[in-house]
Amino acid sequence: MTQTATLEPPVPESAINRRQRPPGRTHGRAAAWLVAPAAVLLVLFILIPIALTFGLAFTNAKLISPEPASFIGIDNFTRLFQDPVFWKSLRNTVAFAIIVVPVQAGFGLVLALLINAKVRGVNFFRTVYFLPVVTSIVVVSMLWQFMYQPDGLINSVLRAVSGGAIQGTDWLGNPTTALGAIMLMSIWQAVGFHMVIWLSGLQTIPGDLYEASSLDGASNWQNFRYVTWPSLRQTRTFILVTITISALSLFAQIQVMTQGGPLDSTSTVVFQAVRAGFAQQQTGYASAISLVFFVLVLAVSLVQRYLTRDKDVKK
Amino acid sequence: MVTHTLKRLTAVSLAAALAFTLAACGKGGSSSSDSTNSNGAATLKLWTHNAGNDKELAAINQIVSDYNGSQTKYQVEVQAFPQDSYNQSVTAAAASKTLPCILDTDGPNVPNWAWGGYLAPLDGLEETLAKFLPSTVGTYNGKNYSAGFYDVALAMYARKSVLEQNNIRIPTIDAPWTAEEFNAALATLKATGQWTNPLDMATANTGEWWPYAYSPFLQSFGGDLINRTDYKSADGTLNGPEALAWAQWFQGLVTNGDMAAKSGKDAGADFLNGKSAIVWNGSWGAEAARAALGEDIAFMPPPDFGNGPKIGGGSWQWGVSATCDNQAGALDYLKFSLQDKYIAAVSEATGTIPATDAAAAMVKGYEAGGVNDIFRQFSKKFAEVRPQTPGYPFIATTFTKAAQDIVNGGDPQAALDQAVSDIDANQSSNNYFQQ
Repeated sequence: MTQTATLEPPVPESAINRRQRPPGRTHGRAAAWLVAPAAVLLVLFILIPIALTFGLAFTNAKLISPEPASFIGIDNFTRLFQDPVFWKSLRNTVAFAIIVVPVQAGFGLVLALLINAKVRGVNFFRTVYFLPVVTSIVVVSMLWQFMYQPDGLINSVLRAVSGGAIQGTDWLGNPTTALGAIMLMSIWQAVGFHMVIWLSGLQTIPGDLYEASSLDGASNWQNFRYVTWPSLRQTRTFILVTITISALSLFAQIQVMTQGGPLDSTSTVVFQAVRAGFAQQQTGYASAISLVFFVLVLAVSLVQRYLTRDKDVKK
Repeated sequence: MVTHTLKRLTAVSLAAALAFTLAACGKGGSSSSDSTNSNGAATLKLWTHNAGNDKELAAINQIVSDYNGSQTKYQVEVQAFPQDSYNQSVTAAAASKTLPCILDTDGPNVPNWAWGGYLAPLDGLEETLAKFLPSTVGTYNGKNYSAGFYDVALAMYARKSVLEQNNIRIPTIDAPWTAEEFNAALATLKATGQWTNPLDMATANTGEWWPYAYSPFLQSFGGDLINRTDYKSADGTLNGPEALAWAQWFQGLVTNGDMAAKSGKDAGADFLNGKSAIVWNGSWGAEAARAALGEDIAFMPPPDFGNGPKIGGGSWQWGVSATCDNQAGALDYLKFSLQDKYIAAVSEATGTIPATDAAAAMVKGYEAGGVNDIFRQFSKKFAEVRPQTPGYPFIATTFTKAAQDIVNGGDPQAALDQAVSDIDANQSSNNYFQQ
């Protein structure tokens, strides 16, 4: 009896316990505990509100009303699709995304390539490019509002540079330039963030790939085209999806700078939803707008996922 | 070992999160019912929007401490909010049935909040309120729901010297400018070339400023935001020939170059710096204008476009919540606070127009013949409250959008028609706010 015991190798008690228990269950329980806080918060603040939005979209719920909400079918949606402001908002939102996504992603990549160089003072430029990202978008919007004024910085510079030939316009007050002005500012503000993500992608590319290609006598462009670009596939997908979603949910800049005007030229879907839900107290209608927005974002992300996954399989 | 530590960590963090949630709930819960404190006095919560306005808050705090010292039955407790988040806080509190007993509200919201079941009628204060400027009392369906210490008034500011140089008559309360006189004055001022845009209407302001500042012009033309006989429709009122005339005039100000589609950020300062000849500004700017220009400043009534000069009325007012379980106490406090001396104190602190004649006599500048008395007279004579319908918040945002579209060159008739159809749809979808 004692013999068998002594033959056992001296193993710590805890290790024996661990070995005897089915490993999956311990890990599963720990994992459940780990997930719990995030899961609770997600359910409480994401899933339940989304479910509520789905429900409220089919009612006439009001923000302030003594009467309970009642089911009105798809009335909110018929009203929405007949609303000319909604179609303008949708068009502005799509136009914003179509321009901002490639320009911001491309510009971010250029900046990342520039500051990836090993030269003195590169940290200074990294900080400068990243500075707008850590500044509140509300503050940025207010500052740019001053710059875009008829007698603001931008017009003064234009006048000075052109010797008075270019007069500039009231950038935010002119229906043809307002959305473009907001695009420019938004790109300037957010490009630093995507620059950092591109940069992190660039730094994961092993140096020996470049060594190999330089042995083959590759030019800078060939290095970029055949080494850097393919190695950034993961980063690219991530950046595409995040910029698209943030571009589609354009709101803060509009709220601060133009309130959707002039003549609805900067109204967006999210701005319209917030205006309907809070300023106009139409909770049900605003939920319907949010639901349409949700479907729009979902569709765009699914398409993007499909397109990017397709390429993965091919490679 | 590692899993054990992790488990403990998650348990602790979860417990912390739970405690936080519970604490938050507990906090929300305690503000609902008005408890009794150790001295046996019932606690009445009071919410106000003026956390960002030290002087006004100090005046309110003074009233509350006087009240708490004057009797032993009730103890009022002040909680101040920043103005920007105040309405959201009230809406959230109402949704969770935790409204305080006493709260202040922006005048035009009173019918909405009364209809929504936030506010209770102020019974038994009729006699007190009869002495108040009509625009400082919030009424809905023939009942009083709120009363304010003060009102503010808008006026046209100009330099007397500028008007005299250009042979423009300085209008008075009894002889305001006619539409022709006003347009001619603008043309004359524009022709001097001294100003890019002689008139500054502070169009850069947003939100409630638009209906507050510009719907009185619409009313002077003979239009209105909604037909006030039954508050059912805006058709013919907001898009009739009078309203169209207003819209064309308003748009014309921009197309003629009399006014900028978007003014500078601070219209009052621009005027004092000589960037505009006439500015549409509130009584709150009078002190600064007088300090800068002295005797040269003229506070003038708005032009008469046919239905007499009009200005907006109604500022922040006080009411009692419908869910307050101590209505008698809340009313008792309100009655105490609405004494002339407190009205005088608050209006002095805020530089606003005292609500009663007796209080006005106590505030320097607002006594009969005082330098600010003109604003009180404007309020008395020209003030028009915004439509007293629970649909007002919707009407206000819709009108703002229409007016902005008009200023930015949109078709006036189309903008007004769209506003009317939106407002009518909202009124009818709420069953015209009948209960």
